[in-house]
Amino acid sequence: MENIPRDKLLGIYECMLRIREFENKIYYLFIDGFIPGTIHLYQGQEAVAAGVCANLRKDDVITSTHRPHGHAIAKGVPSGSLMAEIFGKSTGCCKGKGGSMHVGDIDVGMPPAIAIVAGGIPVAAGMALAFKFQKKNSVAVSFFGEGATNEGVFHETLNMASLWNLPVVYICENNLYAASTHIEKAFKITDIAKRADAYGMPGRTVDGNDAVAVYSAAKEAVEQARAGKGPSLLVCNTYRHGGHSRGDACTYRPKGEKEEWLKKDPLIIMENMLLEAKLLSADGIKAMKEKAEQEMIEASEFAKASPLPAPEQALEDLWA
Amino acid sequence: MREIAYWQALNEALQEEMERDPNVFLLGEDIGVYGGAYGVTRGLLEKYGPERVMDTAISESAITGAAIGAAMMGKRPVAEIMYVDFMGQAMDQLCNQAAKIRYMFGGKFKAPMVMRTEGGAGRTLGAHHSQSLEHWFTGIPGLKVVMPSTPADAKGLLKASIRDDNPVVFIEHKMLYKEKGPVPDGDHVVPLGVADVKRQGKDVTVVSYSRTVLVALEAAKILEAEGIDVEVIDVRTLAPLDIKTIVDSVKKTNRAVVAHEACKTGGFGGEIGMQIIENAFDYLDGPVKRVAAIDVPIPKSPVLEQYVIPTKDSIIKAVKEALA
Ligand SMILES: Cc1ncc(C[n+]2csc(CCOP(=O)(O)OP(=O)(O)O)c2C)c(N)n1
Repeated sequence: MENIPRDKLLGIYECMLRIREFENKIYYLFIDGFIPGTIHLYQGQEAVAAGVCANLRKDDVITSTHRPHGHAIAKGVPSGSLMAEIFGKSTGCCKGKGGSMHVGDIDVGMPPAIAIVAGGIPVAAGMALAFKFQKKNSVAVSFFGEGATNEGVFHETLNMASLWNLPVVYICENNLYAASTHIEKAFKITDIAKRADAYGMPGRTVDGNDAVAVYSAAKEAVEQARAGKGPSLLVCNTYRHGGHSRGDACTYRPKGEKEEWLKKDPLIIMENMLLEAKLLSADGIKAMKEKAEQEMIEASEFAKASPLPAPEQALEDLWA
Repeated sequence: MREIAYWQALNEALQEEMERDPNVFLLGEDIGVYGGAYGVTRGLLEKYGPERVMDTAISESAITGAAIGAAMMGKRPVAEIMYVDFMGQAMDQLCNQAAKIRYMFGGKFKAPMVMRTEGGAGRTLGAHHSQSLEHWFTGIPGLKVVMPSTPADAKGLLKASIRDDNPVVFIEHKMLYKEKGPVPDGDHVVPLGVADVKRQGKDVTVVSYSRTVLVALEAAKILEAEGIDVEVIDVRTLAPLDIKTIVDSVKKTNRAVVAHEACKTGGFGGEIGMQIIENAFDYLDGPVKRVAAIDVPIPKSPVLEQYVIPTKDSIIKAVKEALA
């Protein structure tokens, strides 16, 4: 942490706050009936998106999942167009065609999120392959849950990416559950990072609630990819605070588990770290929180005030 | 008759078949502890235990292949793929293995398995959770394809599917799970390959399946007030298709409309329409009309989604065109 500039650390913290505020806002807007469909919220996992994306440039790209809001904010999708997309409004980043599970903005390096579990993993390899052909030193980063590592395409792609030495980084967010299914019911192994060994790439595990640890580990992986030294797998151990999707009461979780994890809330960890290092005062934290809160109030006002798409817009955008 | 919801009817079918045949077991994602994404397997883990209600990893290809292998060795698996949109992952096992294993081995094997899944739009879940893909499966000889529209059919057809000695793709509709309807007591089995006349009429035949049957029935009610008497046929089993019931109806009404929620191009309506033409051309007094989703991915925004999928208004319009 000593060798990370203050600006960088504050940037990561601000990003985490913005994600938390965004998701909290979405939660209530959903209950209030503003949001059609379903939502998969990211509270609890903010350190991963923020820590990883703090290493990325605008020309780097990411792939995301059914739980993409945090990745989108961290990669720089504006909160207003993100919120409007989740509302299904025409001002949304996908003109209301994508929705919560498909947000993205190619101007900041995020193609629409992919809601088919593991679907983004090979696409990220393909984007990295293009960068390699084009001799760009951009990097592709793929976010996915631990559940995705049991899809065949995870294994196919890691092998190929390694063989082809692609500038891609695989970020596995292990939040213990794939929907209701605990890792013990889906894996014989406990260390998912070991899977990287099978494909000849480095695999590491970090505390995914410690944004600084995530940042540092991702930094190595991104620099390695950028330097043409190939892909890697980074497993971030974390926890989602809420249900898998809207209406999931989490009855499959043992009593007290969430409470234990709430003590390890990534925001609290980061705040304590910043306070202890005297990089930020309690007042400074308060001011940053208020700013994030204000931003998300404005984002929701924007989304509410935005028009729905005209029905005929459904006919546009099919063909290039 | 007692009324229960579609999901409950399916749940009963699973329970009764598990009671009847110890070889029946379930596997799929979040079907045990969670009871399934739409609640169909609720309570079954508690009742039958983890050996017969298996929560799996997110591995659709392996789920499907494991079901096939177990079926070949004498079990009767019912595998669940949470959304038909995820069938892409299962396609090789389903289409190249399940569908062909018996035929390729000269009839020496059978693979009596059911792949339960659900599809359809209406919940504004976007393009990866709203598709109607039945025509993927109807194009593969060796697969039976079932799409019930009512709780009674859901129960009866699922029981028949589990007892069938062939691989059956059983596609539920996400907007039907909470729909209630009368379901007979006892061992209610609806044979595969038999269509059902859901409404008698003399002026025009509307052929449909799954949720669109309910939309067609609504349209028929409105048209009745305008003096148009619509016969609604619920195909129920797309493969094998009961073309006789459809043709008999067209011979009576001389007009035909085919309606479904899948996209128009390549949708199963083209097949039904063509079979009507092949078998009843001389009886037709007008062109066979199709009502289907517009040929685009299902968009998220509610206004866009509703614009893309068929409504009672689009069925009414097509009926009037067929009668013009
Ligand atoms: C191919 C496929 N199978 C199943 C699903 C349904 N599904 C959506 S999210 C999910 C759990 C994903 O778990 P994980 O990958 O660990 O991500 P998390 O939800 O924990 O972020 C499942 C089973 C899907 N979207 N795609």
